[in-house]
Formats: sequence, C-alpha cells, structure tokens
Amino acid sequence: MEEKKDVLILAIESSCDETASAVVKNGREVLSNVISSQIALHTLYGGVVPEIASRKHIEKINEVIQEALDQAGVKLSEIDAIGVTYGPGLVGALLVGVAEAKAISYAAGIPLVGVHHIEGHISANYIACKELEPPFICLVVSGGHTHLVVVRDYGKYEIIGKTRDDAAGEAFDKVARAIGLGYPGGPKIDRLAKEGNPDAIHFPRAKVEDAPYDFSFSGVKSAVLNYLNGCHMKGEPVVEADVAASFQKAVCDVLVEHAVQAVKDYGIPKLALAGGVASNSALREAMKAACEKEGVSFYYPSPILCTDNAAMIGAAAYYEYINGVRSGLDLNAVPNLRLGER
Amino acid sequence: MKILALDSSGLVASVAVVEENDGNQNLLAEYTVNYKKTHSQTLLPMLDEIVKMIELDLKSIDAIALAAGPGSFTGLRIGSATAKGLGFALEKPLIDIPTVDGLAYNLYGTDRVICPLMDARRNQVYTGIYEFCGGSLHVLEPQMAAGIEVIAGKLRALGREVIFLGDGVPVFRKRLEEELMAGEKFSFAPAHLNKQRAGAVGALALQYLKEGKTVSAAEHRPVYLRLSQAERERLEKEKNT
Repeated sequence: MEEKKDVLILAIESSCDETASAVVKNGREVLSNVISSQIALHTLYGGVVPEIASRKHIEKINEVIQEALDQAGVKLSEIDAIGVTYGPGLVGALLVGVAEAKAISYAAGIPLVGVHHIEGHISANYIACKELEPPFICLVVSGGHTHLVVVRDYGKYEIIGKTRDDAAGEAFDKVARAIGLGYPGGPKIDRLAKEGNPDAIHFPRAKVEDAPYDFSFSGVKSAVLNYLNGCHMKGEPVVEADVAASFQKAVCDVLVEHAVQAVKDYGIPKLALAGGVASNSALREAMKAACEKEGVSFYYPSPILCTDNAAMIGAAAYYEYINGVRSGLDLNAVPNLRLGER
Repeated sequence: MKILALDSSGLVASVAVVEENDGNQNLLAEYTVNYKKTHSQTLLPMLDEIVKMIELDLKSIDAIALAAGPGSFTGLRIGSATAKGLGFALEKPLIDIPTVDGLAYNLYGTDRVICPLMDARRNQVYTGIYEFCGGSLHVLEPQMAAGIEVIAGKLRALGREVIFLGDGVPVFRKRLEEELMAGEKFSFAPAHLNKQRAGAVGALALQYLKEGKTVSAAEHRPVYLRLSQAERERLEKEKNT
C-alpha cells in the first residue's frame, strides 16, 4: 500500500492584536506556533486600537512567518497549503494577513485556504486532543464571541446559541476595568478571584426567553457596576476579590448550564471549550465537574491554543484543504464573517 | 534589470513591470484602474493578468517597488503586505518609493515646478514640491501632510510656474484658483498623467536600484506621515496635563 503523504500547512493569523504564524502537520501536529503579541502597546489605551494593531502586523508579519518555518525546520517549498484567517475580526488587521498570504501563495504557487477565525478556535481542540472527532458540542468564549455550536462534521457548524449583547470576555474586560484591574481583564479576574469568595455577592444569571442556549452578559456586568456604585455611595469598602469571584461564578454558571443542556438535548456526549476565555481556570473546573457528573467527555485546548494563534488556523485549514476548499486571488477580509459561511 | 511596481496608496490601483537593458528603459506592462476602492480584491488579480499577458516569470524580477506612503492607511498596507509576501516567496528585495515622489515622476521633464496633491482628509493634503533638473527629479519640499494654504504659501514664495496633479486637485481646485494662487501661473496635469501610475513608480525605482536603495521584505514598512488617531489623542491629553 502506498504510504499516505503528510500534509503541511503554513498558517497566518492577524485578526486582532496578535501577529501569528504556524506550521501544522496533518491538522493535528504543531511543528511551530509563533505569536507576536501587541498587548503591551494596547494596554496604554485600555483596549485594542485597530489602526495601531494593523501597523504592528505589517511590521512583524514576515519575521513571524520566517520564524514559524525556521522553528518547524520546513522550507516554504515543502508547504502544501497556506491557511489564513479572513474573518471575523478587525478589517484593517485581517487585510494584512490576507494580502500577505495571497501574495506568498501566488508567488510560490501554493494553494490558499481562507479560514474562519472561530472555526480555528474550535479546531484548536483537534490539536489538543488527537482522538477528538465530530460530532461534538463546542462552547466558544472569547473577547468578541460567545457561541454554542454543534460541530456536525469537519467544516460543518450549526450555531445553536449566541450572546444577545456582550461577549463573555467583553464582560470580563469591563468588570476588570471597573474594579481597577486594567486590560486584558480575563486573566486578571481569574487570578484575583482565587483569593475571593464566589458566594459573597449574588449577581444575576440571565436567561433569554424562548432561546434556551442564548446568552446575555450585559445584565451581570451592570449588576457589578451598580454594586460597586452602591458600596461607594454608602461608604462601604469593596472586597475586589469577592466581586471578581462572584462575578466570575455568575458567568461560568450560565455558560456551564447552557452547554450541558445542549449536550443533553442533542444527545452528543462530547463537549469542547474554545476561545480566549476557555483558559479561565474557574470555567474549566466548573465545566469539567459538570461533564463528569453527566458522563460527558470534556475537551479543552492548552492556554497557548486558546489565545489567538495560527496553529488553530492551520488545523482548520487542513480539514478545509483535504475537503477541496481553495481560495482565489480575490479573497477579501470579511470583518463580520458568519460561522459556517463560505 | 526588471522591476515589478505597485501603487495602491489612493483610489487608483496600479501594477506595472519595467525593465532596463543597456540603458534602454521599457514599460512591459501597466494595469491601472481608477474605479472602486477594493484594492484587496483587485491588486493581485491585476498582477496575475499582467504576468499571463507578458509571460513573465516572476523569479526573473530583480526587485519589487511600491508606493510606500503616504496615502490611505489601509491602501498602503494592502500594497505593503502584497509586496512583502511577494518578496518573501521570491526572495527579492523591495524598493520604497515615496508616494508623492512617484506622482511627481509622472511629469518627467517639465520645466515647471511640480506640486502633487493627495487628498489626506481632515482638510489636509499629502504634498511636496519638485522640479526636474538635468533629467533627474529634485525635491524642493519633501513629502508632507499639510494644509492646502501651507503648500500654496510655499509655492507663492517660490514664484515659479506650477503644475498640480493628484486626487486632491478636484477637492481643492476652486480654492487654489479663486484665492490661494491668485496672480500666480499654474496649470493642472491631464487625465493620463494626473493620478498614481505604477509605471512611474517602477521607472523611478530603476534609479533607486542602481543606487542600491533597496530594503528587505521583512524590514519594509509604509510611511504614514501621521500617527493613528488614538496616539494623537493620547499625546494631546498628555501635553495638556
């Protein structure tokens, strides 16, 4: 029998504030995963500034791609396909990666595959867990997205729930700012919450009527702000660690409840986490405990694969590539690209 | 010597291939479109069209030249990322041509002073002042972002005949004619010469290449001549406190 040839994907990701490139083998094995983070720059502004992000991408991108090839010990000529994030994200930031990837693909004669950023996050689980295969339920939680997705097959997604207002990560950032923790808020709340009592303050767990899998986080965010204001007015001291822990628990409770409900309703006993907030330790623990109780297999990527990275884009691109998906020279950045859209 | 040239700094998208053999220069192909601003979708297909048309082996080019700024921030980055990707894959250097210099080069050989005007929004233009002297481009005022009255003041002080070009002309033509250049002699470049042309960028780049003025694809970055709005506001705030 003929030996199956390995497929090497060179992946590029520049949808927000990380310039990233990776080489991924057969969709599951990461040969390199280079991330040039801009967080320090954006901290000055309390959030990502799109124009600054775009400028940094263009400065770093060739260096990052070269580093990804070097670390993998692979030459450009050995690459089978180039995967690039083309949405959703900041349009100016996406355009840098897209234009760069198209030019390399064209000049080197390597096929190009446009990848959906969230499909990338979901696909990080293929890297983290080699035996994971669809179908499974995936909860995608990040600064820009909160989606509950049924992954029917490779490249086949069905969104069954999403946030009606703030993304979960966005709520973390806003609450972190309100209690003076600064940007980015997620990891800071996670750390502080470990010293606090999650049952000290009761914050609301919002339900969306007639949409059992949808989320709403603006209510819990406002409740925290009102609580802080109330303490301020009454001259009562605020125990920041308790606020962080109680807020975090309120958010996690809703995320876990909806995800577990979906697993039961769809009869798919596999649940995966994805996105930046998937590295939140309280969420992981709560999800793990709930899955154990329900007899559901639980999957989550390592923190480096939860953050924006290109290895996940390489994993997603691999399955698109072997399914015959190819992007043309006119591939454009699509800032509000919907999941499952081609 | 063969150079691939790109300009996506403004509304125009333009791609060209120029060469020089034994002192003879040739424009092998130029594709210039001034229609809708979708450079990210048009630039590479335009290049592909040229490559097929002139049966170009991309590996045969010596460098990739581009209008490296100023211009539309996004437009510049599409050109930059395209050039950087081509340079990366082909292992060729880049040549950064200041956008306004490239525009001025359209009017090679004129005896007038050249003043390109690119609409920079916020009531400013990207501009500069140039002349041709002994067959080469001389920079009298290097490219800058300035109010139209600032550049008009410099031109009046020079007291020479001026020719204007660029997409800032329709925006400021009336003000120039009625108030700013009153009493001065000036004219406007015709349609085939008055916007960005990659052919001019490439021709100027031939000279840069001979002088060894190249950069690596990795180190190239566009010249914006302006900070981002967020940086500007932060610096203003710091100044006021």
